[in-house]
Amino acid sequence: MATTTLTKEHKPPSNPVIVWGSRALWVNMVLCFFFLYFPIVVLVAFSFNDSKLSSQWSGFTLKWYSAMLENEEALTAFRNSLFVATCSTILSTIIGTMTALAMERFRFSFRKLYDGVLYLPVIIPDIVQAVALLAFYALVLEGLNSLLGLTGANTLRLGLPTVIFSHVSYSISFVVIVVRTSLRDFDKSLEEAAQDLGADEWTTFWRVTFPLILPGILGGALLAFTLSLDDFVISFFTTGPSGTTLPILVFGLIRRAVSPEINAISTVMLTMSIVLIILSQWLQSKSARK
Amino acid sequence: MTVAVDLKNVWKRFGDFIAVKDVTISILDGEFFSLLGPSGCGKTTTLRMIAGFDLPTQGEIFLHGKPVGQLPPFKRDVNTVFQRYALFPHLTIAQNVAFGLEMKKVAKPEIEERVRKALEMVKLGNKGNNRPAQLSGGQMQRVALARAIVNRPEVLLLDEPLGALDLNLRKEMQFELKRLQRELGLTFIYVTHDQEEALVMSDRIGVMSDGLLLQVGTPAEIYNQPNCRFVADFIGETNFVNCHVSSVDAASKMAHVKVAGQFDVHAGSADDVVAGKDAFLAIRPEKISIHLTAGSVPESHDNVFDAKIVEDIFIGTDTRYVVELAGNVRLAIREQNMSALDATDPYDVGTPVKVSWDSDSARILMS
Repeated sequence: MATTTLTKEHKPPSNPVIVWGSRALWVNMVLCFFFLYFPIVVLVAFSFNDSKLSSQWSGFTLKWYSAMLENEEALTAFRNSLFVATCSTILSTIIGTMTALAMERFRFSFRKLYDGVLYLPVIIPDIVQAVALLAFYALVLEGLNSLLGLTGANTLRLGLPTVIFSHVSYSISFVVIVVRTSLRDFDKSLEEAAQDLGADEWTTFWRVTFPLILPGILGGALLAFTLSLDDFVISFFTTGPSGTTLPILVFGLIRRAVSPEINAISTVMLTMSIVLIILSQWLQSKSARK
Repeated sequence: MTVAVDLKNVWKRFGDFIAVKDVTISILDGEFFSLLGPSGCGKTTTLRMIAGFDLPTQGEIFLHGKPVGQLPPFKRDVNTVFQRYALFPHLTIAQNVAFGLEMKKVAKPEIEERVRKALEMVKLGNKGNNRPAQLSGGQMQRVALARAIVNRPEVLLLDEPLGALDLNLRKEMQFELKRLQRELGLTFIYVTHDQEEALVMSDRIGVMSDGLLLQVGTPAEIYNQPNCRFVADFIGETNFVNCHVSSVDAASKMAHVKVAGQFDVHAGSADDVVAGKDAFLAIRPEKISIHLTAGSVPESHDNVFDAKIVEDIFIGTDTRYVVELAGNVRLAIREQNMSALDATDPYDVGTPVKVSWDSDSARILMS
């Protein structure tokens, strides 16, 4: 294989269409990478820029990072984001794993339909889901408030809990997709072997099935965590005044002024996302190799 | 002898498909019993019903007289050796073997002792701390075996356990399995599609086809007295010749048939053979002998016919001939090459010869 490509490349260019075609492809690739990554590179670079103006470089500094760490608003938003991500990840991982197990192992009526419906949140535009969830919460909260007779400061409002439930409803689908992949490669005769050796269904699950699909479950959980950390649209629609998450804070800051502090916050978020995605991919490839 | 496993009129349906049809077998204690048949014949489903992975649609299964047909696998005192080993990849070899004992809540020191002994028995005493992925196919199969026998089950079920191994290893494992079975005195139920494997290892064989249990018998019975064409064909090589049954002697289980409307043959008959019906004469190639003159035909051979050699192929241990009898009846014959001189055999193509066999070596089959 390698030798044939080499000889092809060293052949004198004959057909001008092919020559220019391959040059155009090369330019296309460079442009693609440029569009994808140049803005991010600029963002990261200017988070270290010693100037308040984002248009000129005047030396390296870490002051925007220390400013970020002293910014009470930013720290609260960061804590909120972590809290939402942790809660929604735990919930959606448990529900998603159970759903994946049911879908792979059991035959029940409307299974096909449920299968399709399950993946809708992946396809539906975020904004549609956000509006739908907002309308849903408005209805439910109003109903609960009048049912429980809550008034004034005691009324139930939008806030972090509603954001958590929104993220759960959104990331379950992703968890299901990831866990189902690891279940599909699972050798069912292992479960039969465990039962043959005297383990009941419960013991079989915890001693054999669970340890073997654990990498898949963790992969799904990390994906859910990343999605929750990064989400802006759904959080923005379904949160209240007390529940500002990091992406919402950034959005608010940028409307006032473009400060390099935003670059610093964004760089931190970017790094976290990249690490989480790499971890999730690694865990999934580990479970695939088994 | 007591009966270890009893299947009474067992049926298994998967939707419209009937995998097992009315199977009744009694398997004795300490017996090496093989279920033999082509893939899809229902042998694995039968085994899975004994293990409890599939439940019979109809009929009952008894383990030492106790009905277990509807019990889950973990409530039956049987253990299975799977075709693809099914070792737990996240556990070490020793942990794999200990799994069943832990489930039975056997005391820790006893578990260690029994695991050690079981691994020694399959010659893997030094591999206890390895993971399954570090072992070869033959070693993994031995671990699967150790994991099953360490529980001292009433019955050991083996689902084509040697199917994934290469030929040499398979032969070696056949003898090892047989040795283990004799040493432990365990009841083995062994599923295979390999007729040679079944003949070599089994005390008795049950031949299955299309969900039906066609015949149960010792390897010699199955080979020499098949009761239908499928069994005769599946095990070894057989000549089948259309014939018409002239008369049956029920007492001696012998029959006279007319072949090609030309000559009479005397042979053993299957139980269902009826006079006046069309049937098959089945005779194995090695049971026929060839002679240049009528004088050299042994006295015991009561069937002697004129024939002509039409094919002559040297295949090392034997020479394979095809002869043609009256009425264009062709028979394949194998003659063992007892001496190197046989290479210069006298039976060239076209030679007129006598072919002969004794009537007990041929069978009349209805279907």
